[in-house]
Amino acid sequence: MNTEIETALADALGGIAPEADLSTVDRSAILREELDLDSMDLLAVYTALSEKLGVEIPESDYPALATLDGLVTTLARKLAAR
Amino acid sequence: MDRWPVVEKDLSTLARPPVVADLDAERASFTWEAARARLDGLPGGGLNIAWEAVHRHVAAHGDRVAMRWVGKDGTVVDITTAELSRRANRFSNALGALGVSPGERVFFLLGRVPELVEGVIGTLAARCVASPLFSAFGPDPIAARITIGEGVVLVTTASLYRKKVAPIRDRLTSLRHVLIVGEGELPEGTTSFAEVMSAAPDTFEVPPTDPEDMALLHFTSGTTGKPKGAVHVHQAVVHHAASGRFALDLQEGDVYWCTADPGWVTGTSYGIVSPLVNGVTLLFYEAEFDAETWYRTLQEQRVNVWYTAPTAVRMMMKAGAELARRYALPDLRFVASVGEPLNPEGVMWGIEAFGLPIHDNWWQTETGGIVIANLACMPIRPGSMGRPLPGIDAAVVRREEDGRVTPITDPDEQGELALVVGWPSMMRAYLHEEARYAKCFAEGTDGRRWYLSGDVAKVDADGYFWFVGRSDDVIKTSGHLIGPFEVESVLMEHPGVAEVGVIGKPDPVAMEVIKAFVALKPGYEPGEAMRRELLGLARKHLGAVVAPKEIDFLPSLPKTRSGKILRRLLKARELGLPEGDLSTLEPEPVR
Repeated sequence: MNTEIETALADALGGIAPEADLSTVDRSAILREELDLDSMDLLAVYTALSEKLGVEIPESDYPALATLDGLVTTLARKLAAR
Repeated sequence: MDRWPVVEKDLSTLARPPVVADLDAERASFTWEAARARLDGLPGGGLNIAWEAVHRHVAAHGDRVAMRWVGKDGTVVDITTAELSRRANRFSNALGALGVSPGERVFFLLGRVPELVEGVIGTLAARCVASPLFSAFGPDPIAARITIGEGVVLVTTASLYRKKVAPIRDRLTSLRHVLIVGEGELPEGTTSFAEVMSAAPDTFEVPPTDPEDMALLHFTSGTTGKPKGAVHVHQAVVHHAASGRFALDLQEGDVYWCTADPGWVTGTSYGIVSPLVNGVTLLFYEAEFDAETWYRTLQEQRVNVWYTAPTAVRMMMKAGAELARRYALPDLRFVASVGEPLNPEGVMWGIEAFGLPIHDNWWQTETGGIVIANLACMPIRPGSMGRPLPGIDAAVVRREEDGRVTPITDPDEQGELALVVGWPSMMRAYLHEEARYAKCFAEGTDGRRWYLSGDVAKVDADGYFWFVGRSDDVIKTSGHLIGPFEVESVLMEHPGVAEVGVIGKPDPVAMEVIKAFVALKPGYEPGEAMRRELLGLARKHLGAVVAPKEIDFLPSLPKTRSGKILRRLLKARELGLPEGDLSTLEPEPVR
């Protein structure tokens, strides 16, 4: 678990899907479905994450971000390489 | 309007000659009788969508792949026509075993899984009525639709059931059975879809079906009041079949991919019925939008015809044409779009990305099928929805004081887009809402009877139709039509909310996003905390697509003297437009 990333995600969700509760999410399930996000919400979440963490998140990374585990692993790698 | 050059086409370069070579000639020779004659009709008499889509093909084309399902994890499953027919038969028999009678409504709250197609076809063959719901709806929209439709069966998944149906199950008094698709533990009060299927025989004789029997119930939204259930009949299949050939150029042997959600009318008319009737392989792709995996799917599945939506096109545009060009798509022949007007940039981007322009077309839940389109044979005027299909008489009309309408003949003059009644897939009712149904029609001063679409449009000198806007306050977002009232009602449930007005705010990707203006009661503070509270409330009740994306606070909302909130004025102020005639406005309170 990476708290920096999950805190940033929780912050991002606060403005987009404030009812979302990351602690109840199945970490290996599709996050978009778990949190009931539509495609615009999802783009907004990625944009907010990119700003909060200071990393680029290009379109080609989106598939790897689909689950909570995938998102944390992928962004942790980016943070480490920063 | 003249800013964009016409996209001319060289038909000789197309991999397959288009179904229609000359729209004017086809319109002149077309008759609905001839279109009907391309179908078989039931051996025992009448017309049934399920028979035309699946069962009639079994004898000659049983081995043809009717549906290729691509799951979220990449699993590919081919289902032949014979197998689809057997599975649909099982569902028809299962409905009988569950005591479901012809005419009763079967609801589907599912993503793109094979069980949806089997279930819808099985429902129609049993002369029950299929009503697909959008799985991104929250509990409130689901409850409203099942209640209005008096659903007796709901087919869904355990996960969707737990999140969206269990909280409202006690309100669904008409519902007798919930069938759960997929593995895992069954929620209380539900039955396994697989179990009822395996217990049912795989042969079924489609009973004689009156072409005017109710077949499909699709919900849409108005400005006020509850959602409206548009009733379609088995006869609609004549139009589903013909319009798929004309507007989407569907030809036997094609691989066809429709990206529409199965919960909207496109997902049934062109996501299930039309391709199956026309003998094409239906690519049923489960995952949601992702530009790169979509391109890979087009390439790997060798898709010939692709029907998508402007929001998806605009999201692909954001990802860049360069990404699309990395994929070789020699099999792709025709790309079409529906949901809201496709902007000219989107039409042209198709050429840049795929070497093919994107063909916009226009229709509504009420029309049951495509009625105005850019055909494969036509030069495209980017930004135009195209021209009326064979069998369709369309015009823009002016409303007269006596309630009649007059077709406008002057080019480029705005009016309400209207269709002469009589095409087979026209809705036959809004369920239990005769008055609202009657309001959709008017006598013409030309002696014909017209269906009024609620869209404002104009027609140019060459007969191309151009969308201008809605004549009401209905919001078009990401291809969905959302009634502001449904959103306002949920926000009003918050104890701190005094007034709400909901509008569609123009958006470069979604066409419009839902924006709510809220006035709070004394003692409640506007601010980020309240905004989040309201957003969370709306999302929990309405789901992601229907909930507002933006919430603003105002001291009070502009109202007419009779107290009706002026959404139009909220919208004009949001956009910085002239506010128009305000003489009926209630004075703003002094604060």
